[in-house]
Amino acid sequence: MRFVCRRERVMSPSDPFAQMKFRDPARARGLRDTLDRLVQQADHAPISVMHVCGSHEQAIAKFGLRAAFPENLQVIMGPGCPVCVTDVPEVDEAVALAKQGVRVASYGDMLRVPGTSQSLADAKAEGAKVDVVYSVTQAVDLAREHDEEIVFFASGFETTAVATAAVLVDDPPDNFSVLSAHKYIPPVMEIVAEMPETKIEGFLAAGHAATITGSAVFEKFVERHGLPVVIAGFEPLDVLAGLVKLLEVINSGEPRVENAFPRCVTREGNVPAQRLLWRVFRPTGGRWRGIAHVPNGNLRLRDEFARYDTRKRFTIDASALWSYAPPKLVQQCQCGDIMAGISSPSECQLFGKGCTPDQPVGACMVSAEGTCRIWHQYGGQPDLRSMKRGAA
Amino acid sequence: MTRNARLIDERITLKYGTGGGAMRALIEQVFAKGLGDVGDDGIGLAAMDDGAAIRLGDQYLVIATDSHVVKPIEFPGGDIGRLAISGTVNDLAMMGATEPLALTCAVIIEDGFSRDTLKRIWESIRATCEEAGTTIVTGDTKVMGHGELDGLVLNTTGVGLTKRLVSDAGLRPGDKILVTGTMGDHGLAIMATRNELALDTTLASDVAPVHTLVRRAPDVGGAGVVALKDPSRGGLSSALHEMAEKSGVGIIIDETAVPLRDEVRAVGELLGIDPLVSANEGKAVFGLRPESADGVLDAIRSHPLGRNAAIVGECVTERPGFVVLDTGFGSRLLAEPEGELLPRIC
Repeated sequence: MRFVCRRERVMSPSDPFAQMKFRDPARARGLRDTLDRLVQQADHAPISVMHVCGSHEQAIAKFGLRAAFPENLQVIMGPGCPVCVTDVPEVDEAVALAKQGVRVASYGDMLRVPGTSQSLADAKAEGAKVDVVYSVTQAVDLAREHDEEIVFFASGFETTAVATAAVLVDDPPDNFSVLSAHKYIPPVMEIVAEMPETKIEGFLAAGHAATITGSAVFEKFVERHGLPVVIAGFEPLDVLAGLVKLLEVINSGEPRVENAFPRCVTREGNVPAQRLLWRVFRPTGGRWRGIAHVPNGNLRLRDEFARYDTRKRFTIDASALWSYAPPKLVQQCQCGDIMAGISSPSECQLFGKGCTPDQPVGACMVSAEGTCRIWHQYGGQPDLRSMKRGAA
Repeated sequence: MTRNARLIDERITLKYGTGGGAMRALIEQVFAKGLGDVGDDGIGLAAMDDGAAIRLGDQYLVIATDSHVVKPIEFPGGDIGRLAISGTVNDLAMMGATEPLALTCAVIIEDGFSRDTLKRIWESIRATCEEAGTTIVTGDTKVMGHGELDGLVLNTTGVGLTKRLVSDAGLRPGDKILVTGTMGDHGLAIMATRNELALDTTLASDVAPVHTLVRRAPDVGGAGVVALKDPSRGGLSSALHEMAEKSGVGIIIDETAVPLRDEVRAVGELLGIDPLVSANEGKAVFGLRPESADGVLDAIRSHPLGRNAAIVGECVTERPGFVVLDTGFGSRLLAEPEGELLPRIC
């Protein structure tokens, strides 16, 4: 992959974001005022909404949006980090294979996700052949370069799964196989909506995933649960505009699907990509780490692609990894509750103390899309609403 | 310093070299124990400033030292030699000694290192000394076995004199924060050369001696120049955290006022690295009394290396020791980098 960026102009310090349409602070102020008004108009308080995407949390944290949200609006991150919800037995499969001497390639974040007793990074430190790749095509390149078996430990939601599917229909080399930990987002929204602890009144859906699935995929969800879904993009104005739309729908009392990311998302979505996705993968039930068993929440290879399915190709015995008692810190980890939106990182006593990106205890501190990692990267989430310049 | 109160780990890992809180804890708990006292009227090891200052009659002798381990040793915009000279000249300047008297340079070379590369690096050292108006007066040479170190390590020490010390602890509420140019250029230029995404960019390090630029501030602002810091490792974020912590103030930064190159912003977003935690090697951060701020800004901007200078924030009484970033959309705390960035940036 080559990325070329040749502009070398210094932005005017006074107005650096002006030409960036979706990063215009003046328009953000307008949207914030509307949000304030909509929250005041609601017949109850507080209002809790959930987004299910690490990229939304990145935008919210990086641009400090929470400090600007109305006091009675809670925007909670749900299970939006595919690396974080990769379950322990799935990690164990990859670790067991690596320890058997099979070369395993995966995305960088996946290496440090803890399994029962070890992560892929631990296995690598002990001499196992583990490679970091930035894309599934890099893993295929590895297979072409090596005479040995290459297992691609695949994680990601439907967006990333399409890339894996594209490689599998394109006749990859015979020594390439996929250990799929891909996950499918729509079913987990049903689980979270039904959790008795959650008081979610609406969802902000991820714009990139909806680019593939289309907005129609959420229509049945809205019918079943009576909760509105608004699809939003990832620039700060996208997030604010998505929240405004969501509050409007909540206040209207008529739950429906709204698309606040029309520059990328259509009702039908990317139909060729969907065909590709469902040609290669089938949905199946499975556990999401820390959350629940999610019916149809896991994506596994169809029989037609069995020869590329690591689980069919190898006998994976992970039992040697199981005679192990988790250390004390792990027992205190609240990743599960955080991913379900019941708890926040600041309520976890390990956050930023026993658990840091350097020495993560839970998966949420490992991945760049994990709530804890994002909060830590952007300074935690103290209430800064009262901080004003010139207060001195 | 309560924030460094945690005990350091049994093993020294890479995070202790990133210039953040872990390194300060290491200095406090190991290096500064029973060493470094220069009396009440100087700046010693415990102050963890950019260098030391010892009273000599009516002025101060300022001493600064640096080791350089940058990888790769030649990079867009400079090399390890230019970095070593600039780094030490700049450290002296950050204490107020803007006319470096002389430097020393110790070299440690790996067995098998290329003579031609060494000559190129040395030519770069000579040229940078000439640019900075100083020279190397003594040195030391060691060669270590193949694989015992990676290529070349340089250590430089510099001395200079000043009548007035500028510490990094002199801020009080209401003071303004000035940066002398675009932030994050050096760190992101180095990262782009290393990243496995094979970035093809025109990013270049800002490495340069900035003492003649720094000198303009006290010339114009006089006693209104109350703090000065080199935003090298850990970038603007580390520099501000140290200034805020040592001065006992909070700092609010207006992110939209911080000068950034388009390309630095773009590559930063691509790599997930905030330019505000990325190293600079040709910049300075000033704390200024409000009445001096505009005059100093004009003086800095009239220097070729200071054309993009800007006032980017101010000090407040709330949240002492912390840095709040006003993003234009909302606000958040600026995190202090800790073991997350790539090592060997300088």
